[in-house]
Amino acid sequence: MEKFETLSGIAAPMPLVNIDTDMIIPKVFLKSIKRTGFGANLFDEMRFNRDGTEIADFVLNKPQYREAQILVAGDNFGCGSSREHAPWAIADFGIKCVISTSFADIFFNNCFKNGILPIVLPQEQVDLLMKDAEKGANARMTVDLEAQEITSSDGDVIPFEVDAFKKQCLINGLDDIGLTMEKVTSIDAFEAKAGAARPWV
Amino acid sequence: MSPKTLYDKIWDAHVAHEADDGTCLLYIDRHLVHEVTSPQAFEGLRMAGRKVRAPEKTIAVPDHNVPTTAGRDDPSQMTEESRIQVEALDKNAREFGVHYYPVSDVRQGIVHIVGPEQGWTLPGMTVVCGDSHTATHGAFGALAHGIGTSEVEHVLATQTLIQKKSKNMKVEITGKLMPGVTAKDITLAVIGETGTAGGTGYVIEYCGEAIRDLSMEGRMTVCNMAIEGGARAGLIAPDETTFNYVKGRPHAPKAGAFEQALEYWKTLFTDEGAHFDKVVTLKGEDIQPVVTWGTSPEDVLPITGVVPHPEDFEGGKVDAARRSIDYMGLTPGQKLTDIEIDTVFIGSCTNGRIEDFRAVADVVKGKKIKDGMRAMIVPGSGLVRAQAEEEGLADIFREAGFEWRLAGCSMCLAMNPDQLSEGERCAATSNRNFEGRQGYKGRTHLVSPAMAAAAALTGKLTDIREMM
Repeated sequence: MEKFETLSGIAAPMPLVNIDTDMIIPKVFLKSIKRTGFGANLFDEMRFNRDGTEIADFVLNKPQYREAQILVAGDNFGCGSSREHAPWAIADFGIKCVISTSFADIFFNNCFKNGILPIVLPQEQVDLLMKDAEKGANARMTVDLEAQEITSSDGDVIPFEVDAFKKQCLINGLDDIGLTMEKVTSIDAFEAKAGAARPWV
Repeated sequence: MSPKTLYDKIWDAHVAHEADDGTCLLYIDRHLVHEVTSPQAFEGLRMAGRKVRAPEKTIAVPDHNVPTTAGRDDPSQMTEESRIQVEALDKNAREFGVHYYPVSDVRQGIVHIVGPEQGWTLPGMTVVCGDSHTATHGAFGALAHGIGTSEVEHVLATQTLIQKKSKNMKVEITGKLMPGVTAKDITLAVIGETGTAGGTGYVIEYCGEAIRDLSMEGRMTVCNMAIEGGARAGLIAPDETTFNYVKGRPHAPKAGAFEQALEYWKTLFTDEGAHFDKVVTLKGEDIQPVVTWGTSPEDVLPITGVVPHPEDFEGGKVDAARRSIDYMGLTPGQKLTDIEIDTVFIGSCTNGRIEDFRAVADVVKGKKIKDGMRAMIVPGSGLVRAQAEEEGLADIFREAGFEWRLAGCSMCLAMNPDQLSEGERCAATSNRNFEGRQGYKGRTHLVSPAMAAAAALTGKLTDIREMM
C-alpha cells in the first residue's frame, strides 16, 4: 500500500449530505475483477451525462478542482454498500483524503486499506474547511498525518483524531494481512479453545 | 462480573488477540462470499501464495449478477462482464475448496437468504460477508456485518478481522403492532427516527414485545436494514422462535450437539442492568405502514402523509431534500397515496422469503394487477421458489399478472438485467432508494411486501389498511 505522510493539495467542496456508495461508484461499474481503473467512473452519474459528456457544474469537472486530492464532504459520507470499489475509485481519481462530520462505518474502514485518510471533524471545522475549499484552486490545504493537523489555505491549524493503529498502517504503508499473520499462534490457540467449547461451529 | 450486553458477550467470545490500544483480532465463524466483492480478494491470495485458512467455514454463492429469467444457465443471458464475475467465483470456489452453491443448484439464492436457510447462521456466531446486508444474520443473535474486499481477503487468509469494539445501542419496540404493520415498517420507522447516521459507531440490539412477537423471517427483515441506520450490526437475542427455526437445518448441529449448543445459546441475552450508550424506544402501536418519499432510507413517512417541503428540514438536509424531491419528480404537499407507480419489485434479502410471499398472495389472490403495470416477484432462493410453487402461491402470482422469477438479487441493485428505465417509478420491497439504485434515473419507494402488492393492484402507493 502507498504510504500516507503529508498531503498538500487542492480541496474540492461537496456539501451534500448522505453521499452514498451508489453515487460514488454506480453498480454498473462493479463488474471488473480488478482493483484499478475505477477513477474514470468516480461519481459517474453526477459527473457525466448519459452520452458521456461532462456535467459542467459538477465540482470535479470545474477547472479549478480537476486535480483535487482532498474532498470536504457533507455528513454521513460513504453510506450504503460495502463495495470497496468506492475507495478504489476515489484513490484512482487521485483523492487521498476525505473530510466530513461523519462517515459510514464500512466505507471508513475501507479507506484505510487503500491509502486514503478519512478525517472526522466537528461541524464548525468542516464548515470552515468547506468555505476554504470553495475558494477553488487557491485553496491548498495541507494534511499532516504524523502531526495530526490540517492547515487551511489561510493558515488555520485544525487538529484531528485518528486511531493509532490505523495511523501507523497508513504512514508505513503496512499490509494488514502480513501483520495479522505474525499473530498466527494467537489465532491457532483461539481456534483450538473455541473449537473445544463450541464444537458445533 | 459486571453485566454484559448480548453484543459484549459475543464479542468477548471471539477475541483471538487484543493489542494494548484495544485493537482486536476478532475470530470469524462464518464467511459468506458472493461474486462481486470477492474476485480481487481471491486474486490477492493467489498472488501472495496464501490459502483460505478455514474453507469449511466459507460459503460462496453467486447472486448479484445472475439473471432471474428462465434459461439463465445460458451464459449469453449475462453481459460479458457479469459472466466473467460469476465464472471467477466458480473457479475460485473450486480452487480454494470452499462450500459452493452454483447457479444450477436449487439451493442457490441471495447469500443472506441461503445462509440462514441452510443452517450456516447460528446464534452466537460471528458472520461476515463482503456485503452490507450481512446485518440480516443478526436476527439469530449472531454478530454479523458487511466488510470490504480487503477485509474479505483478510478473513480468507486469517479467519479474523482487525476490529475495535463498537458502542452498544438499544432499540426497543414496545407493545403490539397494529393490523397492516409489518417488520419492514418497524425497520423503516426506526431509520426514520434515528436517521441514516444515527447508528454510526454502534451495534444495535432490537428488543421489546413487538420484536419478540416477530417470526425469524420478520426479525431478519428488521436486522437487514440496521446498516441503513448506519449501525455496524443489528442483533436480536435468540429465543424459542430462533431455536425452532434453526433445528433440523442442513448445517445446524445434530442431536446431542444440538442440546449442547442450545445450552450455550440460552446464555445469549443482555444481562439485567447492562449499559447501553444510546437507547431509542418506539411504541409498536404508534408505527404505521410507511413508505419512503426520497432518495435516502431515512426519508420515511406514514402512507397517510404528504411529500415534505425542503424547508421543513435543517442544515445540510434542506439541500438534500430539495435534490431528492426533484430527482423523485414529486411536489411538496402532494399526498403519498396520489403517487402513481409503474413498476413493482417484490424480493431481495430484505423481503424475499416465504412469509413475504404469503403476505403478497393474501393481497392479490383472485385479483389482477393494474393494466400496464410491470410487476415481478423474485424469490430469495431456489428453495423459497420451490416452496411457493408447492403452496400454490406462484399460481396466484401468475394469475394476478406478476412475473414469477428465479432466485437472485434482481432489481434491488440492478447489476443484472432487471432494471428500471429512466423516469420509471417503483414500489419496492428492497432496502435502498438511492439515486440510480434500481437503474439509471429510476425512482424507488421502499415499502413492505403487502404494500407493494397493494400498489401493484391500484397503480398508486396505497394504504394496505384500506384493502384489509
